[in-house]
Amino acid sequence: MTLSVALQAKAPIPLDVAFSVVPGELLALVGHSGSGKTTILRSIAGLWRPATARVAVDGEVWLDTGSGIALPTHRRHVGVVFQNYALFPHMTAAQNVAAAMDRPDPAEAARLLDLVNLHGLSDRKPAQLSGGQQQRVALARALARKPAALLLDEPFSAVDRATRERLHAEILALRAHLKMPVVLVTHDMNEAQLLADRMLVIEKGSVVREGTTAAVMADPDALRAMGIREVAALLPAIVAGEEEDGLTRLTTATGPLFLPGIGSPPGTRLRVRIMAHEVILSRTRPEGLSAQNILPCTVTTIRPGDGPGVMVHLAVGAEEILARITRRAAAQLALQPGDAAHAVLKSLSVARDHIAAERGRG
Amino acid sequence: MDWTALTLSLELAAWTVAILLPVSVLAGRWLAYGRFRAKGAVEALVMLPLVLPPTVFGFYLLVAFGRNSPVGAFWQETFGHQLVFTFEGLVVASVIFNLPFAIQPAQRGFEAIAVELREAAATCGMSPWRSLWKVELPLAWPGLMTAMVLTFAHTLGEFGIVLMVGGSIPGETKTIAIAIYDRVQGFDMRGAGIMSAALVAISFTAIAITYWLSARIGRRLA
Repeated sequence: MTLSVALQAKAPIPLDVAFSVVPGELLALVGHSGSGKTTILRSIAGLWRPATARVAVDGEVWLDTGSGIALPTHRRHVGVVFQNYALFPHMTAAQNVAAAMDRPDPAEAARLLDLVNLHGLSDRKPAQLSGGQQQRVALARALARKPAALLLDEPFSAVDRATRERLHAEILALRAHLKMPVVLVTHDMNEAQLLADRMLVIEKGSVVREGTTAAVMADPDALRAMGIREVAALLPAIVAGEEEDGLTRLTTATGPLFLPGIGSPPGTRLRVRIMAHEVILSRTRPEGLSAQNILPCTVTTIRPGDGPGVMVHLAVGAEEILARITRRAAAQLALQPGDAAHAVLKSLSVARDHIAAERGRG
Repeated sequence: MDWTALTLSLELAAWTVAILLPVSVLAGRWLAYGRFRAKGAVEALVMLPLVLPPTVFGFYLLVAFGRNSPVGAFWQETFGHQLVFTFEGLVVASVIFNLPFAIQPAQRGFEAIAVELREAAATCGMSPWRSLWKVELPLAWPGLMTAMVLTFAHTLGEFGIVLMVGGSIPGETKTIAIAIYDRVQGFDMRGAGIMSAALVAISFTAIAITYWLSARIGRRLA
């Protein structure tokens, strides 16, 4: 069921990409508006046809300009969640979901609505649903198609931050049910890092960097266009308990981590997005600091960049976090690979939506 | 009250609506979604009956339907009688002069459907036909309803073209509008008044029903 895509076009926007996505894998296409990432998605769905292209899923060719094959959209088994959901306004939630089935099956529609936590709202029209609920209907409808590939076009951009956070959690929980290749288009790097297995950074219609999410998110060069301050690592942590002052205590490989109240029960496995530019490095364990988190770590690599900064990769037990510090600071500390150090992090530097559940296995 | 003329007018209006409904769906959809160079010219052509004096339009139709024209000759050969001064001729003329009333609102109705919804229909596996039935027609329905009511009411009231193409043959081409004119010519003001009032009532009811229906649909979608 591997989705393989190769597209080339000169107009209306330049496009030259080739990639594949294996079943159960979530690939994020990230880039600025106008970079061509949505056009790539539309080409897979058959809503746009590039000059030269080949799109195939598990040997079934959807588009091959070389041999003149071009399946119309309705004959491609593709599930699409549109940015503004594009729900049919005259149908109820259940009818919207059933509309994507070859043979409408109310029981299956109800099951899918349950799957996206919309139990009891199946008779509502889209206008009677909140943005987050509409998004869930759109996802259920896309799944009702039994897609060979699932395409998500900025699906979380039209909802508020709190709703987006909940939807992220739901998508992560759903991952076990998503056996098909999934392509997510987003310009939100936090979203990409929390949800994707692999990333493609798109600029002017071309792939500037491809790799695992951890590798791409640690690469300042890849993220130059998206903002170097997006460089971050995900640190696994387990909720240990709530403190009396409202902080949550988490356990990491090398020590406790105190973060503003998370509200998850003890034992919950989380991943915390730690921004590289927020991490302070110290050779000795610092004292008299307001920062609550001091994690012992080992310097593994130091990567100089073009500017005044360097990227320091740090091993926290078996995990890795990143610290972006100035070249000057690295020189003053005389940091070398293999050195022991302490990573210092303010509790309040971790945003609530930068914490996500552990990724469900597909 | 000239019941024959009234029945004839209603029959003419019903035939016109029946023929123009599929035409307005296809043409309205084509003009709403299509991107082609001659679009402006086609739209102008469709609107032409709206601005031409009915006598001018009727005159051209009379010439076009005449026995010396290809259309008239074809009709004569196929059906054994001429097209002008017959009910069939009236239906053809009525269909043509109602094109703007049918196609314009239908086109607006289809234009109001977001492109994304049609794309969503395709990604849901709906063929263009299924998308038309399940998504587009239910959403364009207020526009189509307006188109058909306008066509119906306008057919009942048309005078100039009917007179030019159909003449005034009782039971064949003498519509209510022409019957009213005849009554006035014969100083039967009371008969003309009753028939005029009936026409006003029918037209008003038809339009009131459309507004009521579109308001209801508007609420259903809101």
